[in-house]
Amino acid sequence: MKSFLKLSLIAALAFATVARAEDVIEISKTYVPGSTPPIKVNISGFTGEVNEVLNFDLYVMGFINVPADQAQFLISGSNNGSVQGTVTDRAVASVSTGAGNVNRVTGYTRLNKAYTGGSLRRQAHAFADDIVLTLTGTKGIAQTKIAFKSAAAGSGEIYVSDFDGHNAQAVTHDGAIVAAPTWVPGRLALYYTSYRLGSPNIFHHDLSSGSRNAFARYPGMSTSAAVSPDGSRVAMILDKSGNPELWVCNADGSGLKQLTRTPEDESSPCWSPDGKWICYAGKQGGVRGLYKVSASGGAAQRIYTRGAPNPSEPDWSPDGKWIVFTSQTGGFQIHVVPAEGGTSTLLVDGEDPSWAPNSRTVVFAKRSGGSRRLSLLDVPTKQVKDAARISGSNSQPSWAK
Amino acid sequence: MKLIKLTAMLALALAMTFAATGCKRKVLNPTPLPGQRAGTPGGTGPQFGGDTGVPLRQDDSAIGKQPGGGELPTNWSRETVNTDAARFEAQTVYFALDSHQVRDTERMKLETVAAAMNSQPNLLLIIEGHCDERGTEEYNRALGSQRALSLREELVKAGISGQRILTETYGEDRPAVQGHNEAAWSKNRRGAFIAATPK
Repeated sequence: MKSFLKLSLIAALAFATVARAEDVIEISKTYVPGSTPPIKVNISGFTGEVNEVLNFDLYVMGFINVPADQAQFLISGSNNGSVQGTVTDRAVASVSTGAGNVNRVTGYTRLNKAYTGGSLRRQAHAFADDIVLTLTGTKGIAQTKIAFKSAAAGSGEIYVSDFDGHNAQAVTHDGAIVAAPTWVPGRLALYYTSYRLGSPNIFHHDLSSGSRNAFARYPGMSTSAAVSPDGSRVAMILDKSGNPELWVCNADGSGLKQLTRTPEDESSPCWSPDGKWICYAGKQGGVRGLYKVSASGGAAQRIYTRGAPNPSEPDWSPDGKWIVFTSQTGGFQIHVVPAEGGTSTLLVDGEDPSWAPNSRTVVFAKRSGGSRRLSLLDVPTKQVKDAARISGSNSQPSWAK
Repeated sequence: MKLIKLTAMLALALAMTFAATGCKRKVLNPTPLPGQRAGTPGGTGPQFGGDTGVPLRQDDSAIGKQPGGGELPTNWSRETVNTDAARFEAQTVYFALDSHQVRDTERMKLETVAAAMNSQPNLLLIIEGHCDERGTEEYNRALGSQRALSLREELVKAGISGQRILTETYGEDRPAVQGHNEAAWSKNRRGAFIAATPK
């Protein structure tokens, strides 16, 4: 009798799964920026910080918490001592009863996990990432890091924090102007600009050993380091030839090469994920635009950003498809354009965006009053949440990849 | 047959209960997380290895002629000179929005500085380029550089050696006047001359 019951349970669940298939919404890895609907979930059973973290993390990765009867997936669990939870489909299945076919809510469990160690906050981030991986097939970004600068009264420090701004720690203590932190891909190491020796120089800072050295210390300005995806080369803006130009060298400092030679200024280089191109903000005949140049040299090509005048601060998505950047009209707006150029899509007010490894979330700075703070944007849905802030003006975020 | 239907319904109801409460299911294989401090900056954990980097060489091959008065001097820096910010304070040059062109109304100031450089051969010059806050940060840092370099270029055209003139940029980081209006902005878009003599 017992085994008979088990068998019929399996049969019932199998039936429910088949019926559910009719209701499944395809979750695609490609998206239309700014006009993709969020995935509706219902989050229940969690409290306090764990509940806040789950809601925040899922929101900036394209989910939205809705009442259970409108949700596609039910996320439920608890955080008594440690985080545990399940993700089930909330789908309607046609079930035959003695009174004929009736629509019933069915539950197909996709994820069932518990976490130990770390803080509840870290466990909640880990659960959020597991939910995202289970439901979208893409790795979540809730356990990643960002770097940024925080400035006050003419000087500042470089900080590293969780992606949501929590657990911020200063990595410099120089009391000097700092700028443009950027991560070495796959390493706990940064390049950034500091005026600690007088003029803007680029420093390399290994965060695990604490060792730091001047990487580019030329007369005039050395700034805006950007490391190639394989870590072998560094692009930067140098004045040394007598004008701000784009330069590239090997990661050991050898092989310095000038890539642009214009009467205008270049700024904010970034790499294509295949390491072949460097995109930057430039100017031609007084008109600002985005350009790309082969990392080995050659003629620059314009990347058109129709609908977004005065583009600057480009960042190339890790999947290679998009370039997100700042457009300046009256204020500053974040736009995104296909990497080959074309018509841009307005996303939100803000500046200096940096892609997350998932190629859909970006961190950016926005002005309020006289200072800036960091915010997170899910590009497909345009969902925005402010990151935690530290005192001072927080800007120039860089997402660890 | 009726029994099968009944147990199927019972099973479904049970499954729905589990889904709704989510706490009666036995949880297998908890996922352990690393300690809270692991991987934080400033630690000594070796998981990312060491990378000390190497300073760039400063003796790379000659670069083609650029605007701005040619290559910047490498034989002196702010650390090797005494500076006097007051001497040319009245000669601070102001720029139009998003421009590094030296306006005709500002040229008298450059002539004053050039005359002083001509009459005092050991006089060196640091030019600081600054911007208002209406630009993105790194764009402004480059624009500040171009402002300083434009002033340098004018002095070079006036016969002063470019090797006597170093440029610095502060972008929007050092406003002369605090404020978020044109009165403040117009004072912040500037190039300041700092007189310098070897220590």
